Amino acid sequence: MIPLQATVIGLVAVGALAVVLTRDLIRLAMASSLYALLLVVLFLVLQAPDVALSELVVGAVGFPLAIVVAISLERKG
Amino acid sequence: MSRGLRLGLFAVSAAGLTALLLWGVAGLPDFGHYRGPYGFVLNASAPGERHVTNVVAAVVFDYRGFDTLGEEFILFASVMGVALLLRDVRDDPGRRDDAMRSDAVRMVGLGFAAVLLVTGLYVVAHGYLTPGGGFQGGVVVASAFILVYLAGEYRAYRRLTPTAAVDVFEGSGAGGYAVIGVVSLLLGSAFLHNFGPLGTSGTLASGGSIAFLNVASALEVSAAFMLLFTEFLEELSALRPEARS
Repeated sequence: MIPLQATVIGLVAVGALAVVLTRDLIRLAMASSLYALLLVVLFLVLQAPDVALSELVVGAVGFPLAIVVAISLERKG
Repeated sequence: MSRGLRLGLFAVSAAGLTALLLWGVAGLPDFGHYRGPYGFVLNASAPGERHVTNVVAAVVFDYRGFDTLGEEFILFASVMGVALLLRDVRDDPGRRDDAMRSDAVRMVGLGFAAVLLVTGLYVVAHGYLTPGGGFQGGVVVASAFILVYLAGEYRAYRRLTPTAAVDVFEGSGAGGYAVIGVVSLLLGSAFLHNFGPLGTSGTLASGGSIAFLNVASALEVSAAFMLLFTEFLEELSALRPEARS
């Protein structure tokens, strides 16, 4: 494991912890989006660009969007 | 159940889970040392056999094309479920005004939407040459349209993605994938078996039917994400009367 990979894995661990410890739901959506972005970097560093692209579109865009819409639905309804 | 008993139960299960996890981690291959033969075999044979430079695309749309058919229809079925559940019970929210009044947000949003659309089409078109493909590119294309909405242009978003047209794209993407499989059958080979001229490796005209399957899945995925977003969006605005004009 080269230092770059170890650094990114460490960042992913910090991001995962941030997602778990975030209580506010809107902030949670943002945190999970940033966490997905860190995962994208990890996949890129591990030379899996296809998986990185999938993670980018689903984890950093699709999933937070669904969460934000669901939260607003719950708050308005 | 008393607090002590619950804590004891937790301690036992946590210890067991930890032991199992550690046992599993100890049995993993060393970091960066891939053991299986499958990846090496594909890396060696796919570029020559299928004339593609992205082996992942050859796996997804050729060697394991049948699995992708299943995945396409998982997405299709779930989006249809959402549409069925949400479309009928909703009142027409009526004409909505564009709520966003900030010119800066509008300009940046619309500017990025154009860039994103071209990026998405590029990722789709070069799916079998460089990393990417129908699924990833399809979602990027869909998010370009969603960005139009986020820039505050609700009416422009609805004009760009009329439900009737998106429904047709969704159906023809999912159905087209299966039809291409049937064409393989008619040509006398197995379902979804690659047909057509393989072309020159490294150019857009390569990969045989991988290119068609790639476009079919891009259509399906981008339409699916737009439909999902529109359904949720309409649901949201139906509950938010102050957003109507």
